[in-house]
Amino acid sequence: MSYGNRALGVMAPALLPTPGEVAAVFADTVSDGSLPRHVGTSLARVGVGFGLAALGALALGLLAALCVPVRLMLEPVIELVRPIPPLAFLPMFLVWFGLGEGSKVAFIGYTTFFPMFVAIAAAVLRVDVTLLRAAASLGAGHVDLIRRVIVPAALPGIIVALRLGFALALFVIVGAEFMGADAGLGHLIMEGRTFFLPAQIVMGALVLGLLGSIVNASLLAAERRLFRWREQTI
Amino acid sequence: MKIHVRGLSRTFVAAGRETPALLDVDVDIAEHEFVCLLGPSGCGKSTLLNIVAGFLRPSAGEVLVDGRAVTGPGADRGVVFQEYVLFPWLTVTGNVEFGLRLKGAGGAERRAIVARYLELVGLAAHAEKYPVQLSGGMKQRVAIARALANSPEIILMDEPFGALDAQTREVLQDELSRIQRVEHKTVLFVTHSIREAVYLADRVVVMTSAPGRIKQIFTLKLPELRDRFAPEFTQYESEITRVVKEEVAKVHE
Repeated sequence: MSYGNRALGVMAPALLPTPGEVAAVFADTVSDGSLPRHVGTSLARVGVGFGLAALGALALGLLAALCVPVRLMLEPVIELVRPIPPLAFLPMFLVWFGLGEGSKVAFIGYTTFFPMFVAIAAAVLRVDVTLLRAAASLGAGHVDLIRRVIVPAALPGIIVALRLGFALALFVIVGAEFMGADAGLGHLIMEGRTFFLPAQIVMGALVLGLLGSIVNASLLAAERRLFRWREQTI
Repeated sequence: MKIHVRGLSRTFVAAGRETPALLDVDVDIAEHEFVCLLGPSGCGKSTLLNIVAGFLRPSAGEVLVDGRAVTGPGADRGVVFQEYVLFPWLTVTGNVEFGLRLKGAGGAERRAIVARYLELVGLAAHAEKYPVQLSGGMKQRVAIARALANSPEIILMDEPFGALDAQTREVLQDELSRIQRVEHKTVLFVTHSIREAVYLADRVVVMTSAPGRIKQIFTLKLPELRDRFAPEFTQYESEITRVVKEEVAKVHE
């Protein structure tokens, strides 16, 4: 498309970089070490923010699903906050947590927590009550029921929740890094805008897409290994 | 008496309406006795079993096991469900040793017990398969092995062969009868098949249509190893059929 544009002159050539130009920026930033650094910075923020949110969602999701008073207490709060697009709160995170790592990590954690919490609680609530009865009549106590029945039975749903949460984290890291960051892929893209380097913007976007699909593919592979028991192999 | 059921009633409340399912039921089950609960569907026979298992609380009355009131499920009462209810993420071995792991049994002990019961139900060759790879009849064999491996004194079976085809059903009845001659458990077995009840039970408890009450109890004077075509067998079958039919007719009135 961009080559066609060059030939026909529909847009100014500078506005639509060619694959060759994008590849050149990629090669340059890889060789000077800046791209790996940006990727590393973004992934670290995603990792910490998502990791904390996942732990919180797992603990509270289990608790809310298993304990009715907790559910009744959490539900209104969550339903109040959840529909607000997280990006609307991004400036507040900068005010609260400053321009450093804190605001990015907190923002990713905040964004990914709610969908993961809701999906995990739903997965736990879906666990078949007869499985619990079967385990209880084999002598399982409360802790056994959680550890040996509820968690494994809800695990497929929990993994899906984590996968969605991780995709969402990659999604919002860009926004978080648009504001007040000095490194990261979002910053790289913003820099491309500031210094008018369209090839750098496109390259940053492509790298994000690539990261997303690599992570998704590896999680899917892990899921297949983990849930061999669901496959029909007669 | 191993199990005492005393004045047991249970009422279900749905949408503000009370539906009595069980009304003032008294039954005693002796140690090593095989008792079948028989009755038209909706007569509360599964409700009775679920109360003995500890899954449901009675509205009135109580269940005593070895003289102690039942307050919840426990390893002393193994349960076999109609819809198998195996743990799908565990292999056949994992399912059968589930209760043993809860008790903290060692690896060697678990292996020996699992091997023994898989042998007993004829599934030794399928130890490492997952439930999804098994047929209905095989799943129910696993469920029986899982209950037995935990060595409860009581086994509660809720229409365990109800979801199986007629041929598989008879094969499993034969196996259960053979297993009972080895294991001598105290068994409470819910079914709506009269033939199945006469084939397996020492006593058949016929219940009335809802709300379930005890209508009549038949003590079967038949040899341990039964012949479905013996005249005494068919005699019991037609006698019990007559009693059950009265109740089924009431449902349709």
